Amino acid sequence: MSTVYDGERGEFVAGEEQATAPLLEVEDLRVEFRTNDGVAKVLNGVSYHVNAGETLAVLGESGSGKSVTAQTVMGILDTPPAVVLGGHVRFHGEDLLAARPTRRMEVRGAGIAMIFQDALSALNPVFTVGFQIAEQLRVRRGLTKAEARKGAIDLLDLVRIPHAGQRFRSYPHEFSGGMRQRAMIAMSLALDPELLIADEPTTALDVTVQAQIMDLLRDIQRERDMGLILITHDLGVVAEVADRIAVMYAGRIVEQADVYSLFRTPAHPYTEALLQSLPRLDLKGQELKAIKGLPPSLAHIPSGCPFHPRCPRVAARCSQEVPAYRRVADGRFSACHFAEELIPRG
Amino acid sequence: MSDPQALDTFSGADAADLATTETGERQRKPRSLWGDAWIQLRRKPMFYISGVIIVVVALMAAVPDLFTSRPADFNNLDFASQPPSASAWFGYSFQGYDIWARAVHGARATLLVGIFATLITVLIGSLMGIIAGFYGRFVDAFLSRFGDIFAGLPFVLGAIVILTTFNPPGSEPSGTAILVQVILSISVLSWPVSMRIMRSATIVAKQLDYVKAARALGASTRRIIFRHMLPNTVAPVLVYATIALGAFIAVEATLAYLGIGVRPPVVSWGVMINDGKDYVQNSPHELLFPAGLVTITVLAFVMLGDAVRDALDPKSR
Amino acid sequence: MGRYLLRRLLQFVPVFLGTTFIVYTLVWAVPGDPFAGKCGERQCPETFISLMTDRYGLNDPLVVQYFTYLGKVVSGNLGETFSGVSISEQLLNSAPITVRLAIVALLIQIVIGVVAGVMTGIRGRGFLDNLVLVSTLLLISLPTFVTGSVLQILLGVEWGIIDPTVSPEATWGELIVPGFVLGAISMAYVTRLTRTSIAENRRADYVRTAIAKGQPTRRVVFVHLLRNSAIPVVTFLGTDLGSLMGGAIVTEGVFNINGIGGLIFRNIAEKEGVMVTTIVTLLVLVYLLMSLAVDLLYAVLDPRIRYE
Repeated sequence: MSTVYDGERGEFVAGEEQATAPLLEVEDLRVEFRTNDGVAKVLNGVSYHVNAGETLAVLGESGSGKSVTAQTVMGILDTPPAVVLGGHVRFHGEDLLAARPTRRMEVRGAGIAMIFQDALSALNPVFTVGFQIAEQLRVRRGLTKAEARKGAIDLLDLVRIPHAGQRFRSYPHEFSGGMRQRAMIAMSLALDPELLIADEPTTALDVTVQAQIMDLLRDIQRERDMGLILITHDLGVVAEVADRIAVMYAGRIVEQADVYSLFRTPAHPYTEALLQSLPRLDLKGQELKAIKGLPPSLAHIPSGCPFHPRCPRVAARCSQEVPAYRRVADGRFSACHFAEELIPRG
Repeated sequence: MSDPQALDTFSGADAADLATTETGERQRKPRSLWGDAWIQLRRKPMFYISGVIIVVVALMAAVPDLFTSRPADFNNLDFASQPPSASAWFGYSFQGYDIWARAVHGARATLLVGIFATLITVLIGSLMGIIAGFYGRFVDAFLSRFGDIFAGLPFVLGAIVILTTFNPPGSEPSGTAILVQVILSISVLSWPVSMRIMRSATIVAKQLDYVKAARALGASTRRIIFRHMLPNTVAPVLVYATIALGAFIAVEATLAYLGIGVRPPVVSWGVMINDGKDYVQNSPHELLFPAGLVTITVLAFVMLGDAVRDALDPKSR
Repeated sequence: MGRYLLRRLLQFVPVFLGTTFIVYTLVWAVPGDPFAGKCGERQCPETFISLMTDRYGLNDPLVVQYFTYLGKVVSGNLGETFSGVSISEQLLNSAPITVRLAIVALLIQIVIGVVAGVMTGIRGRGFLDNLVLVSTLLLISLPTFVTGSVLQILLGVEWGIIDPTVSPEATWGELIVPGFVLGAISMAYVTRLTRTSIAENRRADYVRTAIAKGQPTRRVVFVHLLRNSAIPVVTFLGTDLGSLMGGAIVTEGVFNINGIGGLIFRNIAEKEGVMVTTIVTLLVLVYLLMSLAVDLLYAVLDPRIRYE
């Protein structure tokens, strides 16, 4: 939930109104990809935040910029072609984009850790899984080889890998897909990060394994009171684990809200359309509505509201004015001219 | 939209996904691998530089009179070993030949060796490679070991053994005979390389889904190979052929330098290099000008091969 | 693993037989009299020729001669040349020099080629990259005899930094410049191969993971990137040793080095079939063994590869 308990006032208040800085705050991030074939405006002013112990789901189609935002936060963008034009990434209030490279390196792994979609290619094929986990403890924590080994086996145990002692010596290709993702999670937890970014962690997995991995992530997040950014395009996953949702479209956040409000009364036509395209058990025989048109090319983002060519509620001003991304209710943000009309008053 | 899983949740995006591929192609016009490669090639300065050099050398070989009015055997001992001058741009050789005129005429033999050696190498090698890759098992094992025999033979050494056998010291083979021998020696010793390239390309192509589909539909072996597999396997061989053509021109020069390659009365750059090598300390231009021509021509083919490879390889963009 | 090794070694047999047979036949087919000039100014007497022909079995059918030769190879006693010099002894005089030359060339390739390749591969486009790209193109296009002659004239004759020719002992120091000449083309290939390999892997997901883990840049490059990028380079270097020894003939000619290049040249002219076949076979064996070694090293460098 975006609300935190305020002891003094004895009530829940919206997180944004807190005096202390959030764990991670991304503000007005703008990134371009410059290639021979032209310039793609990948991020056009992305802002979101995550508090300690909170799960934020970043939802969007491929190419909406959700992974690029995460990579910018981690500082692992391929530059070139990527160019960070502006914005801030504040971790505990410290702007990482302005930090020295050595400081950024310290934050990676220990402050913010990340796991990736395809664990097979994300793990180094020529080193054992154990080596890659123990490496964190040895190089970053200065542990001895034996200590690091023990620590790595404990981590493998923690992510529920059976026979951790033996599996320590296995290579990534000897693991199953689910096991690899578990190993990846173990590696990311090695330095006790305060924030974990999971970039579509279950997309490459079987449905049954997906659920196990999501359970594991949720349990670990709760046990450690860790911040979690869950990047996904899977609305089902979002509903189960997230506290808050940020919906991205064409390199912008178009809506941000707590899970309950967003599912009940979406404040952006794009979110609305996404929800309508989702089959629901409680509405038998309903017609699934596809979103008409195509996701915009990032080289030619439509004028005004980027969603206007596909929007069922399009009006004249939509193609001219870029709608401001603004607070439309308590803890709710939207970038639609008509957001206020979409959510019921009070 | 490349996530297959996205389709489960986003039926909207699903439809959009299909539409992207459709209209995307309509907008961009369907382009084949080769069409794409051609567009890439035309962006590369290296392609133009090497193209110009190759065209000039080819013109020299085809119509030498465009470049010089003197015949190849223009000879005046009075000018022996004179350095470059306005009348003879590359100077004169020890025997009184005009090096520029002789080099222009020598382009033909040099280029012929390169082209024919490449053609034979690539044709034999590709054929063997396709057969080995397509049939696999015993055929593959046999052809691969057979190729090893020639691949293991060190190139220059093998050529020395072959060429000395056919032209023992003191013999005087005719011009055509020695050209053919040089071409064949190069081909015999090089074909395993293109076989290996073609073999692995064929093995990869055999696993492609649409090739499997064609087999399942009962297409004939010949149709599968020529219609479905060859277009996918030609690219790496083409790159090899371009670079090999340059390399074989250097080989022609090296064999002549060792005194076992092309020899007079044929005029080639290698022959001129062999003539000049004994005078290298006093009049280096006799060796360096023809050697420079060889180097520039080889360079052109290597650059062209690089450019073609980059253009054909989508990863490098 | 053991079975794989055995199978590979067994595969050597047909290749070995094929090579020796082809080369033996070729040398045997060289027209000319092996005893010409062996008896001073005069033609050799008939009795001498028939005695020698008998001793060397020159009247036997080619196949018999070939198997006799194989017998000699197996027994390790190669016998003597027609002029009575021990073949093994001559080989032992020349081969080490060529091996030394090839090793110098290989070392130069590894040191210069790999360093230049890693530097340009990591930094990507820029001045250094263009410089390396142009110079490798030029090196690849320069035939060995040109590089050799030019360096010999410049360093040896004009500037007097080295001796234009190498002494019969051919010490390591003397072989540096010839080694560079011999290895120049391969060095350029090693540079380009390393550069491409590094540049490709630099974008690999596991490198991104290593950075995201907060591993120091040095460690990302030298532990995570280099190990993976080494595989194609090692393959090239391994198979290149054989071709360096075989290709040394030109370099040996330019610098007047007393290696196997000169030996083979003299012996082809004199129809010394045993000597020529032995040298060529040795080189083929080096090639085969190196390619086996490379395949085995592959499995060490990349645990995904398993041989059985």
